[in-house]
Amino acid sequence: MTPIQYSLPIFPSRAKEPGSRTPDSKDSDPESSGPGDSGTGFGGPKFRVWTVTGLTRYIKDLLELDPELQDVWLEGEISNFSRATSGHLYFTLKDAEAAIQCVMWRTAATVLAWQPEHGAAAQARGHISIYPPRGSYQLYVDELHPIGLGDLHARFEELRERLRAEGLFGVERKRPLPVFPRGLGIVTSPQAAALQDVLNVLRRRYPLIGVYLAPTAVQGDQAPPQIVAALQAVDARDDVDLLLLVRGGGSLEELWAFNDERVARAIAACRHPVVCGVGHETDFTIADFVADVRAPTPSAAAELAVPDQTDLRQQIEACARQLVGLMERHLGQLRKAWEQQQRALQRLSPQARVDTRRQQADDLIQRASRALAYGLALRRSRLAGLEARLAALSPLATLERGYAIVRRSDNGAVVRRVDQAHAGDALTIRVQDGEFSASVQPPAGPAPGTG
Amino acid sequence: MSSELETLSFEVAFGELEATVQRLEAGDLTLEEAIALYERGMRLASHCNHVLDDAELEVKQLAPAGSQADLASP
Repeated sequence: MTPIQYSLPIFPSRAKEPGSRTPDSKDSDPESSGPGDSGTGFGGPKFRVWTVTGLTRYIKDLLELDPELQDVWLEGEISNFSRATSGHLYFTLKDAEAAIQCVMWRTAATVLAWQPEHGAAAQARGHISIYPPRGSYQLYVDELHPIGLGDLHARFEELRERLRAEGLFGVERKRPLPVFPRGLGIVTSPQAAALQDVLNVLRRRYPLIGVYLAPTAVQGDQAPPQIVAALQAVDARDDVDLLLLVRGGGSLEELWAFNDERVARAIAACRHPVVCGVGHETDFTIADFVADVRAPTPSAAAELAVPDQTDLRQQIEACARQLVGLMERHLGQLRKAWEQQQRALQRLSPQARVDTRRQQADDLIQRASRALAYGLALRRSRLAGLEARLAALSPLATLERGYAIVRRSDNGAVVRRVDQAHAGDALTIRVQDGEFSASVQPPAGPAPGTG
Repeated sequence: MSSELETLSFEVAFGELEATVQRLEAGDLTLEEAIALYERGMRLASHCNHVLDDAELEVKQLAPAGSQADLASP
């Protein structure tokens, strides 16, 4: 482009040069063309003196009539980004050497599908013009596109759709995590703060676990093949039963390795379940979709991977309490059963039968003694009868009727005949109520009727 | 018995502890069986706690991808 030669002394005539693009060449507007006689005071050759407005408009026209400047694609880094309350966007596009002011009217800004921000690389399409109040030229932006980002987004969407269609994200592919993992393979950068976060969580929650760190780069071109190799190495171990793939937060570009198809397929091929925790809550990567469990952050991934010993200790405590309670219950049941048996035993005791028998025995004894007493009495009375009969037969009873028994005193022989008694013999005479002695008188002949 | 128990890993001991509680819960045991289960369960619980108390996180770093060495110290 030819420099503008506004200092030429022949300027007034230049306005009428053929090929000049000066729209003010009509000179109808005194304010804009403004050549005047103000230069007369110097007395020298006549200079054309511009008003600020006039020159500004001149420049503006120059710019706006250049087709090259009226449809510009400009690439640079956004800085000093601001969104006015009116909805218009103001920012600067710059590179290492230069900067150009940009404005994007609200009508164009509302259709933006992304959030431009300070530091983002962008391509803007618009036209160059001048803002007269400030005398600055700027790009009036009609379209604004993120650089690279848009491309990455498209690749992300393409890969996600392809793998989804292939069934790699299917719910039926998700494996449950082991309740008590013994070995945990961690695939990440050894220098990353994310690793320390993970180890801190493991130390606090479940220090029993063996940790196998498979080191890898987590960003850059080398990251995807390294992540794949690290996953394969740690997945091959038999002392590992769970894998953790983690990386701290970063830009979409920095997290890009986790949107790599090789990494996605390596995760899907792991024989152990994989927990993926990449970036922050809002970052979703292809690796997240393929993994068996997606965690919002590396720390959260560690928390999902292992149980918490606080919970475990509570469970152990609960088990011990249950054991005590169950044992007490068991003993209580035994005691109760024992008491029941005791009562049953009492109910079935032979004591009652013993008592019955004892009473029966008493009855028999009583009956026996009664029978004995009766027998005695009977016998007594019969004895008495016999005695009476005996008494009736006794010679003593005859004595009562006046008879006497005579015995010899010397030998007690009963004297029945005369020749048994001789004179002088002493006799004992027994009568009813006693005895007395007598002596035999000389013979007096036998008594009549006796012999 | 106690030496056998000390060799049990946490998850095995914890699993047996839960099973012991369930067994005792199910009942239908002689007094001897119940006492044996109770004592075993209490030992398991105390073993589990000890394992947790004594645990320290061990981290082994594998050799970087492509290297032939197996394990490298962190």
